[in-house]
Amino acid sequence: MDLSWMAWTWQTATFFVVIALLLAGMRVWEWAQPGGAPRHGVLGLDTTRGDRLFISLLSAAYIHLGWLAATAAPLWWATVLSVVFAAAVFRWV
Amino acid sequence: MNKTWNNGAWFMVLPVLLIVALNAVVPLMTVVNYSVQETFGDNLFFFEGARWFRDVLASERFHASLGRQFVFTGIILAIEIPLGVAIALAMPRGGIWASVCLVLMALPLLIPWNVVGAMWNIFALPDIGLLGYGLNWLGFDYNFTRQPLSAWFTVVLMDVWHWTSLVVLLAYAGLRSIDDSYYQAARIDGASRWAVFRFIQLPKLKHVLTIAFLLRFMDSFMIYTEPFVLTGGGPGNTTTFLSIDLVKAALGEFNLGIAAAMSLIYFLMTLLVCWLFYTLMMQGSEKS
Repeated sequence: MDLSWMAWTWQTATFFVVIALLLAGMRVWEWAQPGGAPRHGVLGLDTTRGDRLFISLLSAAYIHLGWLAATAAPLWWATVLSVVFAAAVFRWV
Repeated sequence: MNKTWNNGAWFMVLPVLLIVALNAVVPLMTVVNYSVQETFGDNLFFFEGARWFRDVLASERFHASLGRQFVFTGIILAIEIPLGVAIALAMPRGGIWASVCLVLMALPLLIPWNVVGAMWNIFALPDIGLLGYGLNWLGFDYNFTRQPLSAWFTVVLMDVWHWTSLVVLLAYAGLRSIDDSYYQAARIDGASRWAVFRFIQLPKLKHVLTIAFLLRFMDSFMIYTEPFVLTGGGPGNTTTFLSIDLVKAALGEFNLGIAAAMSLIYFLMTLLVCWLFYTLMMQGSEKS
């Protein structure tokens, strides 16, 4: 199958592979350590693990966009910030 | 709860998943790929990193069309939701007239977007259209091809004409599903018409109105065909909403990188709003 029309780059391919791995990882986590049932978090929302992953990913996108809009500093710092934020989401939301 | 969990049924969803993968995920991935590259055609791409995102986020043009988009969506929601509820309340509860009203209400919804745009274009022309000619005859200086205010008035009026029916139908269905005993209790308590609306009808309509709000928000946020056919985004850029601007960048100027970055930002906004509404709706329904 010729995929050249999709104009792949290794950067974007890595991005999608990481997302796929995250989804697979969530499955393994639930299988190894069940506990994905909804719980009541600090935002007053009942969230499952999947919800928290979604919130983390969506926030990561906005953190990166905000970083690009606000500063010219390297984008990696936004990625670090997103990971910290995601950890907080998984811990408290 | 001692239910047996069998996730085998999920395999039945596989065909749908495949179709969605082909018509949504693959194009979306391609857009992500475009958004980090520059191309001059001929399938030649050059990596540019986050440059297009920076450009779009700093672009006056993007801010302007985004602002217009929010103003437009805000205006039509502020008109269509209350108007839709008011019409639904005024409609007969049963009998032949209820059916007549429902059919009349459903008619605008059946007309394709481009036809609506073309209809309103002719309808609003100042020299031959009924609306345009009528307004000028009444003494208003109205010309939607030249005056931004007239253009906005026409676009908003067109959307209200086309889509208020959707809110009406949803609200009407919601009103019909309210049990008669609530009204009887209200009558015994001597509740006023306003109190009946405020404490019985409105709370019971909460869910359908959330759905109506969500549908109208998304639809108006993505609106393209009607204003494009009616005004083409003009006069100047005054009715160039986000999607019209996006198509201009992608197909008019062939700025695939900029257009891809714009669509992803657009997509993220839609995703956030959908998630917010969905969460609020689900949390609300669990509590009640």
